[in-house]
Amino acid sequence: MNLRQTKIPLFFLAPTILLLTLFVIFPVVNTVYISFLDEDDAFVGTANYEKMFSKRDFWNPSNLIEGKAPPYGALVHNGIWIVLHLPLSLFFGLLLALLLRDVKGGAIIKSVVFLGMVIPMTVGGILLRFVYNDKAGIVNEFLRVIGLGDLTRTWTAYPQTILLALILGTVWIWTGFSMIVYSAGLEGIPKELFEAAKIDGASRWRRFWRITVPMLRPATIIVITMTLLWELKIFDIVWVIQQGGPGGASMVMALMMYLEAFLNRSFGTAAAIATMLTVLTFGFAAYMVYRMVKE
Amino acid sequence: MKLKLPELKLSKLKPSEIVARLLKVKKTTILVHVLAWGLSFVWILPFLGVFMASIRPLPEILNGWWNFEVFNPNLEGYIGAWNHPSAPLSTALVNSIIVTIPSTALPILVAALGAYSFSRFRFPTRDFLFFVLVLLQTIPQQMVIIPLFKIMSDIGLWNNYLGLVLVHTAFALPWQIFFLRNFFSVLPVEIEEAARIDGASYLKIFYRIVLPLTLPALASLTALQFVWVWNDFFFAIVLISSPEMKLATQAVAAMPGRYNINWNVVSAASILVMLIPIAIYALMQRYYVKGLVAGAVKG
Repeated sequence: MNLRQTKIPLFFLAPTILLLTLFVIFPVVNTVYISFLDEDDAFVGTANYEKMFSKRDFWNPSNLIEGKAPPYGALVHNGIWIVLHLPLSLFFGLLLALLLRDVKGGAIIKSVVFLGMVIPMTVGGILLRFVYNDKAGIVNEFLRVIGLGDLTRTWTAYPQTILLALILGTVWIWTGFSMIVYSAGLEGIPKELFEAAKIDGASRWRRFWRITVPMLRPATIIVITMTLLWELKIFDIVWVIQQGGPGGASMVMALMMYLEAFLNRSFGTAAAIATMLTVLTFGFAAYMVYRMVKE
Repeated sequence: MKLKLPELKLSKLKPSEIVARLLKVKKTTILVHVLAWGLSFVWILPFLGVFMASIRPLPEILNGWWNFEVFNPNLEGYIGAWNHPSAPLSTALVNSIIVTIPSTALPILVAALGAYSFSRFRFPTRDFLFFVLVLLQTIPQQMVIIPLFKIMSDIGLWNNYLGLVLVHTAFALPWQIFFLRNFFSVLPVEIEEAARIDGASYLKIFYRIVLPLTLPALASLTALQFVWVWNDFFFAIVLISSPEMKLATQAVAAMPGRYNINWNVVSAASILVMLIPIAIYALMQRYYVKGLVAGAVKG
């Protein structure tokens, strides 16, 4: 095959280049540009970024520092999401992947856990709203059964509880992803390694830390990166439950960007939030992108 | 998945030791099973609840869908969701199908061509272009939506399915090309070279030889992209605004309202909207998981 041809590959690539330039690359560059403009398209330097940080919906950590209930601002909420959701969904994903390897009906259970990754996130939001409902929700019934009936409430209706309720709910939705990736990773570990270690007298615990964990490193990198990106971009679920409320207690960056742009029509601030979101995304994805390119 | 008992060298053990080992094994296997089934119960419970709510009248739901002293199942929730006054699923589901089919077929065709030239030809800027592609996989939808909204309004494709299909197509290309390139690069080149010597054109080689060999990868892309477009909410709420044009995810998101949710109708709507992606997943599970695990970044 003539590997030095240049006309053929460009002909094959033309539709891709055209579509990507028009609908992805130009918009990305344009969004950065818009983030430096005011409503009349005049250049205003970093004013939109300052405005973004001056908004209580975006940056309000004083409540957190004083130990009060949310809102702490979208940026802090996304941060809390990462701090709580990432380790929990990683832990449950790995636990399920390990457990279901040698359980009867494991494949069926995996499919069920994975459903959270298949359904629309708008429906995921409705499911969470339903399980947290004071009368119809199973969470409250569970509290009644274990004798904590005094605590029952609609968990997604109050600023004190909505953020935590949503974060735990999204652990339920997202665990299927880490479980599936870890399951694939576990299948890739050669059995001989375990057998050799067993013969050498390594305990179950030691085999786990010295063989399983290091061999799962590539899977872990994928899971951590994808989970971080998902946590940064979370939108549909928050929209369906309270549209960022009550009082901004469940506001997140992606949702705030939408509201600024299409409700308040302040494109400059919205573009600044989007740019900030993208910079964070690039930062978190950098290592994985580096590995992909290296391959 | 079968239960594994460690090999017991019976000849070397006393009977009491055999019993002790069996008991030990049983304890951990039982523990593992209880834990696994318990956790999976937690995972299935919300789905069970929504299904129960979809077939029971509201007072029974508010009394707890897990209570069965009174149980009058009916299909009124589904009828209500289907004919909902402000967000009828009868039109929204059809709209979603109209958008999802071309938004699935088009990018796969374009990406296959693009990925093929990345894996088979050497040309200047190839490595740079490929780096850009990998980078573009991580772009959030929020980063492109304002200019897209303006462009689509300017060229008359706002509130128009063609505009939405084009956006979905473009947004899918980076991860699909990345995925397919990896697949192409392990296909043997010799067949294509032989066809080339026989005088076949590059396009003919691509459609007659390469694409048929790529079917499993194309199945993965189809399953993932179909579900992704069907589930999308963000592009839809910005680019589609007429009530009669709204997609299924928009309809189901609009249904609950702030207070006094009719859980019967909302649950039935949820079931109807998630049925199609679940069906795709059930039918193409192997391909779906393969595509996802390949490490495609998107969103």
